Amino acid sequence: MSAAAAAAESGPLLEAEHVKLYFPIKAGVLIDRTVGNVHAVDDVSLALSEGETLGIVGESGCGKSTFARCLVRLLEPNEGSLRFRGQDITHLGRRDLDPVRREVQLVFQDPVSSLNPRKRVGQIVGTPMRLHGMDRDKVQGRVRELLARVGLNPEHVNRFPHEFSGGQRQRIGIARALAVDPRLIVLDEPVSALDVSIQAQVINLLDDLQDDFGLSYVFIAHDLSVVRHVSDWIAVMYLGKVMELSPAKELYTKPIHPYTDALLAAIPIPDPVENRARKRTVMGGEPPNPINPPSGCRFHTRCPRATEVCRTLEPPLAEYPAGHLAACHHPLSVGVEEIAGATRSRQSPLSAGSLMPDGKESPAEPVEAGTVEAAPERRWQRRRRPRVS
Amino acid sequence: MPEHLLDVENLQVSFATEDGLVRAVDEVSFTLDRGEVVAIVGESGSGKSVSVMTLMGLTRSPNSRFGGSARLKGRELISASEHELEGIRGKEIAMIFQDPISSLSPVHRIGDQIVEQIRAHEEISKAAAFDRAVELMERVGIPRAADRARSYPHEFSGGMRQRAMIAMALSLSPSVLIADEPTTALDVTIQAQILEEFKQLRATGDSGVIFVTHDLGVVADIADRVLVMYAGRVVEQGTLDQIFYDPQHPYTWGLLGSITRMDREPPRRLPAIPGLPPSMVNPPAGCHFRPRCPHEFARCAEVPALESRVPEAPGHSDRCWLELAEKRKRRVINGRIGLAEGTVIA
Repeated sequence: MSAAAAAAESGPLLEAEHVKLYFPIKAGVLIDRTVGNVHAVDDVSLALSEGETLGIVGESGCGKSTFARCLVRLLEPNEGSLRFRGQDITHLGRRDLDPVRREVQLVFQDPVSSLNPRKRVGQIVGTPMRLHGMDRDKVQGRVRELLARVGLNPEHVNRFPHEFSGGQRQRIGIARALAVDPRLIVLDEPVSALDVSIQAQVINLLDDLQDDFGLSYVFIAHDLSVVRHVSDWIAVMYLGKVMELSPAKELYTKPIHPYTDALLAAIPIPDPVENRARKRTVMGGEPPNPINPPSGCRFHTRCPRATEVCRTLEPPLAEYPAGHLAACHHPLSVGVEEIAGATRSRQSPLSAGSLMPDGKESPAEPVEAGTVEAAPERRWQRRRRPRVS
Repeated sequence: MPEHLLDVENLQVSFATEDGLVRAVDEVSFTLDRGEVVAIVGESGSGKSVSVMTLMGLTRSPNSRFGGSARLKGRELISASEHELEGIRGKEIAMIFQDPISSLSPVHRIGDQIVEQIRAHEEISKAAAFDRAVELMERVGIPRAADRARSYPHEFSGGMRQRAMIAMALSLSPSVLIADEPTTALDVTIQAQILEEFKQLRATGDSGVIFVTHDLGVVADIADRVLVMYAGRVVEQGTLDQIFYDPQHPYTWGLLGSITRMDREPPRRLPAIPGLPPSMVNPPAGCHFRPRCPHEFARCAEVPALESRVPEAPGHSDRCWLELAEKRKRRVINGRIGLAEGTVIA
C-alpha cells in the first residue's frame, strides 16, 4: 500500500456528496431538444469506511443501480462529488481513472449477460489482470488460484460460461472482480437471480472474501432480508433520494421512515405462525413517475402518515442517536426526546426545507465554496453498458 | 372418499433429448380442492413448472412422454384430445405466468385480449364481454379500469400487467388456477398487493390454486399445503405447518435453513446446501438428493417411496429412509432447522 493511501485511510474509503444524475429525455428529429429529465439519482450523500458493507435497498426504479454505476464511475454524475480515498474522482477521465478502477470493481446482477459467451473462463478472469499490467506468465497461475478461492474447480479454466450453472457463473463474476485485488466491490443485486440454496452459498462466499481480503462492499438489493445478513449500514432509497440511513440492526427493529416500515411489512415471514400473527397493512399504489416526481416529500402520495406539510416541504435528513438518519416530518419508532434531540444531517439534500420533525427550524449550513460544484456543461456520454470482458 | 377437484396420480413426464431420456417429472401425486392453495416449492430445474404445464397440456410435443393420470372433476387431462383440452384450457384451468410481458400480446389492447378469451368459450357479444373485462380488471385492483382496458401492455407497469393477467385468468371463473411464480419478477411491495388478491380469491372458495414458487416466505403467507420438489420428484408433502415445523426430508431442512430472515438477528453463517442439483440426463441412482446429503447412508441407494413416515400425521409424506427420531435429532443445527455441514464440494 502506498504512503498516500495509508495516509488517507483515516477518512472514509468512498464518499458521495450531493450526487445527482439525470437522464435527459430527448425529442425532435433534427434538433436534439431536451424535454425533461428522469431524476434517477437526486442529491444522494453516502459514505463508506474501509472494511464495511453498505447495503442499498429500494423498489425498482428508485435509482439504486444508477447510483452504483456512479460509484464505479461507469456513469458520470451531473452534480455533486465522488471521492475515493480523499481523491476527487467525479469527473476524472478514462486514463486517470485507471488506478481507481483497480481498487473499485463491480459485480453484476445477471451472470448470463455479464460474461462474454465466446470467451473462456480463464480469459474472462485473466483479462483484468493483463489490462492492469500483470505479467502474462503469472496470469494463468493467479486465475487458477482465484477460481479455487471462489469455490470453482481450477481445472475448468478452459470452459465457456454456458457450461456453468447460475450460481457458478456468479462465482466467475466475483472472481473477475477480485482479479485486480480491489479494496471495494460494488455488488449490484448479486444473488437476486439465484435459487435460495445457492444464494446462501454465494452470500457465505462474499462473507469469507470480505474477512480474508478486508474488502468493503456496496451491496445493492431489493431483498431486505438478504441485505440484513451482509450489511453494516443500510440506505433506503425512494425515487432517487435517500429516505433513511441506519445501522443494519436498527433498521429492522426501529424503522423511522414510514416507507421503510411499509417495505418491511411487505415481506412475508417464512414462518407460518408468526406470519399469521403479524398485523400487516399492505401499501397500495406504485412508485410515481421519476420524470415528474411529487412535490415535497416524494413518498407523500403513498404514505399513510402524510399531512399538508409533506405535500409542500421536502424534509431534511434528521440525525437521530447512533447515526440513524431519516427524512420524514412524521417519524415512527422515535420518542419525543429523540425527536427534540435530532439534528439536521449534512447529508440532507440541498433542496430540503429547514423544518425539523419537532417543528424547529434548522436551515442548511452555508455550503463551503468548492465542495459542491456544478458539473461543466457537457454532452451526455452514452456509455450505458460497460464492455464485458 | 369424496372426489377431489383435481386428482394427480403418479404423473410422469419425460423428454427425449439428444443426450437421452430426461425424466423431468417422476411420480408426482397430489390433490387439490376448492378454496385451497397448494404450493409447489423447488429450485430451478426441479420439475415444478413442467408438472403444472403438463396439466394444461402445454408440454405436449413429439419428444415428450407422459405417464400416470390427472383428473379434473373426473375428466382425464393427460390423455385428453387436443380438442377436449381447448375446452378446458382457460375455462376450467387457467394459468398465470411469471413474466407478464411475454405472456401478453404486445400489439393488442389489454381489454381486447381478455374479451378474446371470453368469446373463445362463450357466445356473448363483444360489448358484453368488454364490460365483463372492465369489471374483472376492477376486481383485481386496476384503477380507472374502463380507460386502462384500452391500453397496451407496454403502458402498464409490471404489477399492473400481472393484475391484468390475473383478470384474464379469472375471466371464465376457472375451477383451477395455476400460478407459476406470479410474483417473482415484482417488487416486494407489489408482491404483497398481488398476494392479497390471491388471498381474496381463496376466500371466495370458488377455485383451487396451485402456486408454484421458490420463495418460502411467499409459501408461508399463502399456502395451505406444500409439495417440495427436488430433481423431478416430490421429496416431501404435507400441510404448511408440517413442512415448516416438522420437516422430514433433509432437502427441506436445507431449504428452510438457507433462508435469510428479515425479522431475526442473522446467524454468523448461513447454513447452505452444498453442491448443485444433479443433471437430469444422468441422475444419481436411488435418492436424488444423496450426493448432496450429509446424512446419506447405504440404504439411500434404493429409491425411497413417497409415503407417510410420521405416525401421527398420515397426510404428511416424504422420501427419506432415516428413522423419525433420527430425523428430528439431526435437523436441528444451532437451535434452528438446517442441514448439517457436509463434506461435499461444489
